[in-house]
Amino acid sequence: MVATLTKAPRRAATRPRVPTKAGARASTLGGIRGRSKASRLGAFVLGTIWLVFVLAPIYYMVLISFRSPAQYLTANAWLPTGGLTLSSYSSVFDSSGIGTYFRNSAELAVGTIIVVVLLSLAAGYRIVRRGSRFSAVSFRVILFGIAIPIQAIVIPLYFMTNKMHIYDTMFGLILVLAASLIPVAVLLMVNYLRLIPRQLYDAMAVDGAGPWGIFTHLVIPMARPVMAVISVYSGLGAWNNFLLPLILTQSNSNTVLPLGMYKFASSDQYALNVPVVMATVVLSVLPLLFLYLGLRRQFVKGIGGFALR
Amino acid sequence: MVASSAVLNRNPAVRTPSAKTAARRRAFFTDLVGMSPTLALYGAFIIVPTVFAVFLSFTHWNVDGPIKWAGFANWSRFFSDPVSYHSLLVTLELAGFSWLAQTPVAMALGIFIAGTQRYRAVYATLYLLPLLLSTAGLSLMWEDVLFPQYGGLAWLGRHLHMAFLSRTWLGSPNLALYTIVVIIAWQFVPFHTLIFQAGRRAIPAELYDAASVDGASVRQSFWHVTLPQLRYSIVTSSTLVLVGSLTYFDIIYILTQGGPGDSTRVLAMDMYNVGFNQTEFGYASAIATVLGVIGIVLAVLLVRLSGFGSMEGTQEGIW
Repeated sequence: MVATLTKAPRRAATRPRVPTKAGARASTLGGIRGRSKASRLGAFVLGTIWLVFVLAPIYYMVLISFRSPAQYLTANAWLPTGGLTLSSYSSVFDSSGIGTYFRNSAELAVGTIIVVVLLSLAAGYRIVRRGSRFSAVSFRVILFGIAIPIQAIVIPLYFMTNKMHIYDTMFGLILVLAASLIPVAVLLMVNYLRLIPRQLYDAMAVDGAGPWGIFTHLVIPMARPVMAVISVYSGLGAWNNFLLPLILTQSNSNTVLPLGMYKFASSDQYALNVPVVMATVVLSVLPLLFLYLGLRRQFVKGIGGFALR
Repeated sequence: MVASSAVLNRNPAVRTPSAKTAARRRAFFTDLVGMSPTLALYGAFIIVPTVFAVFLSFTHWNVDGPIKWAGFANWSRFFSDPVSYHSLLVTLELAGFSWLAQTPVAMALGIFIAGTQRYRAVYATLYLLPLLLSTAGLSLMWEDVLFPQYGGLAWLGRHLHMAFLSRTWLGSPNLALYTIVVIIAWQFVPFHTLIFQAGRRAIPAELYDAASVDGASVRQSFWHVTLPQLRYSIVTSSTLVLVGSLTYFDIIYILTQGGPGDSTRVLAMDMYNVGFNQTEFGYASAIATVLGVIGIVLAVLLVRLSGFGSMEGTQEGIW
């Protein structure tokens, strides 16, 4: 007992800046202290092996993207010897299409984020306020959607978007993608808004604020952090989704990046030009990489949203 | 009960029955306004297609013609069709191997990056990189790493005289499924690592202190403290691995299209072929319904096994 007490502050002081809740932080990592050197070394070795496995293909891709087609065939595959060039990147920019794919993906991501954030805000607010049974029942129905795999409903989606004349449009793709992300977004929103103390609502109501006033002056400002997380969740979902664009779009002018890269890589022109394909993939990751480095916490939480999918 | 007390609390002055109904009606109206856009979008593009998919599984339909009622024809075909049966087997194999490949590794790594050393935080950041790549992007990347003649692995095999590296990883029926399992693990282990990291961080230090007071070794405290305490993380992560791989489609579509032969043709791939290539949408819908049922059953199991509110629990862990 005494030992625990005296050691607690030291433990707190040596803890790295990790993004966890304060409560969790206070109660962690007791066992590490007792670990032997050998097991720590073992952890280091195994952790490093996995790191190599994670990084090796990425490194390979980046390296190859700086080769010319001729160098790709002859130069060292893993070391940057034998000359590097930016020619693949300039071919990517010269080729038609890739710019369109980028624009479409950005449009899709922004549109999806806006729809998902706004809808989950409005719905989450009503669910948390529990005004009537209607919102409680709706919440259950929406949660059920988490269990439905999107693969199971692509055939009806294909026909419905055709009938509604939104097949092969960015608008239709945004609607369907947003709908598929809504259940998790609402759940994230509800769990966060539940943390707002009831007294704040009551105080505003006493001051004469109606539901709309409370929504704009209390809920939206308080919900900013979870809005960021939902934006990351839906933005990632939109930027990287392959299946829905494959099923719901067709023309080249509505092709998004993941599908575009696939088309690009299987086209006659580039099927054998591996460096150009790799350069395209590298370029497609760059926006996310910058966002990840800038917003690491929101990213980790946003990715957590996929745990529920 | 809860609803009415909420109404009362909000405005204590309201007492008369008619004023109460008026307040309730107002609350209902506000809920309607707030919920409708979400319900409309979700209903139109998730609920309606779900019902439609089940309905289509009882019909014959090839787009051009009318929808014809088929009774249980598609279903009896599904259960007697060797092609679908094989797809079901491949799907289960993929799920089983994915579980074996992902869950233990993710648990070990999650515990590892929950540790205090600074370098582990750096590792944790790098471990997440695969989650930034789109499935299409990482498939193309792996395709070239594994490319038989000029790929990175083949190059190593040639230059380090390790012939076993230069194989047709995706082109041989015996290897393709395992290769896909490894690529899927590369993509998703980082994500499951997060679940276990959060789970490990939530274990109270007192439990380890108590164990070490009792003289427990590192191994013993793993078996008797860490593992039992991580049970919800294990259930959550395992279920997600299983649901994810039972309905898996993207990487297989891009890398093998279900081949070589039918060695990687999972149910989702089968459904895509039957529907969008052979335009037998009735039968494809039966396969899709099987996928849907698998997803729903596993999700319900997840909720049951990890207790009510596990959905929140999962999320809280990551929060």
